[in-house]
Amino acid sequence: MTATLSCSTFTGLRCKECGHPYGAGAKHVCEDVCFGPLEVVYDYDVIKSRVTRATIEAGPVSIWRYREFLPIEGDPIDVGTGFTPLLKANRLAKRLGLKNLYIKNDGVNMPTLSFKDRVVSVALTRARELGFTTVSCASTGNLANSTAAIAAHAGLDCCVFIPSDLELGKVLGTLIYNPTLMAVKGNYDQVNRLCSEVANTYGWGFVNINLRPYYSEGSKTLGYEVIEQLGWQLPDHIVAPLASGSLFTKIRKGFDEFIKVGLVDEKPVRFSGAQAEGCSPIAQAFAEGRDFITPVKPNTIAKSIAIGNPADGPYAIDIANRTGGTIAAVNDDEIVAGIQLLAETEGVFTETAGGTTIAVLKKLVEQGKIDPSETTVAYITGNGLKTLEAVTAAVGEPLTIEPQLASFNAAWERAQSLHRAGKEPQA
Amino acid sequence: MAVLVLIPTPLQKFTADEASAEVEASSVNGLLQALEARYPGILGRLCDEGGKLRRFLNVYVNSEDIRFLQNQETPLQDGDEVSIVPAVAGG
Repeated sequence: MTATLSCSTFTGLRCKECGHPYGAGAKHVCEDVCFGPLEVVYDYDVIKSRVTRATIEAGPVSIWRYREFLPIEGDPIDVGTGFTPLLKANRLAKRLGLKNLYIKNDGVNMPTLSFKDRVVSVALTRARELGFTTVSCASTGNLANSTAAIAAHAGLDCCVFIPSDLELGKVLGTLIYNPTLMAVKGNYDQVNRLCSEVANTYGWGFVNINLRPYYSEGSKTLGYEVIEQLGWQLPDHIVAPLASGSLFTKIRKGFDEFIKVGLVDEKPVRFSGAQAEGCSPIAQAFAEGRDFITPVKPNTIAKSIAIGNPADGPYAIDIANRTGGTIAAVNDDEIVAGIQLLAETEGVFTETAGGTTIAVLKKLVEQGKIDPSETTVAYITGNGLKTLEAVTAAVGEPLTIEPQLASFNAAWERAQSLHRAGKEPQA
Repeated sequence: MAVLVLIPTPLQKFTADEASAEVEASSVNGLLQALEARYPGILGRLCDEGGKLRRFLNVYVNSEDIRFLQNQETPLQDGDEVSIVPAVAGG
């Protein structure tokens, strides 16, 4: 522990498994004992003495209104990340048979339109404090976008790694910030393994490897914001996508911390997770009552959540079990239908991870696992403009017409009949 | 049979900061024993008391996770590359 931490609220790192303590450096595994993941340790008495609802409400309109709960020492890199809309989704709710449904829309997060901007803002702030000049990550796409963008803003050198088969929007959406981009011929789990090996020998700050304890804390803000936006109340049920499982555990930690420091009244919140059938190691383990993960090889259009060997999977299963939630998987057709359903009912265009979440939400309602009157929040974590390939075949084409009224009239007639056919049950 | 093992940073204190080691072994279990013989104490970090690899460690033979092979029974051949990687979160 260093003296420079005196003005911050965190005191160091600790193994989540065995509790062994470590200093607040760039380190992510319990190397002295059990290789469990390291977590940031806070002094909640200090936080409690500094924070009230009023101080938070008076803070910046970004994740940094919660900075006392985040592991940084000095000035944050604030690119306007966070405080995204919480929409009351009445039309989607009606379609599904729910009464109190909200969409937390991180598809419009800043600067790169996914929840990853939260974790990267925290990780790069900490990377700078720890003296790193080059930052890196293993990514399924969104993390690469975010790391490259925020590194550009902060003036950090950047080298990021992605699987070579990603959607064009995710690739261009990284290259535009001019990092070094490595497209690895393999799946995410192989990219991740390679990055761990690179991290051994290059002195870089990998946001999701050696900076992971700091990085993952950024996801807690998705918990804090929902509480604040619901009028300082907890929801009854949340549904979120599961890739590594980290986001799910950190939303829970966010809720628990606000309870602990007295910012919100305690009540049970059910946690349900969404996976794509083509990469559902956590849902499979949950269904079989296992507390360990058997890795799989991903084969799904939901590439942003295609992690076959999810490091936080066992923790996600534990949370779903303890809260009375569930973990379910949907197939690629259902995912595309989920993307369309959210767009058509709420005007929110999400990527495949969001389609997965909406499709699982629908499934859970149909199975009676969500009470219609529950206050339910579905977390939408990314933007559909990045994964256009996923919906190209489903959305049809525009009606191409001549610049003449007769051409329009004929096309309008046709559109009306097509529209009616689409709305009516097929014979 | 000589195989190359990539040693993660947290374990390099056992290997005098070497990032790789060449050992003789015909299976992953044999490799774990061979590492212990050369770097006393390393086995206690890699495995629990029952000799099972720790839950948060991944082991790959030629880039393939041994859980897709035969776990700790996975046979090794001359020239194989074995990578030991602590689990990481991502996405």
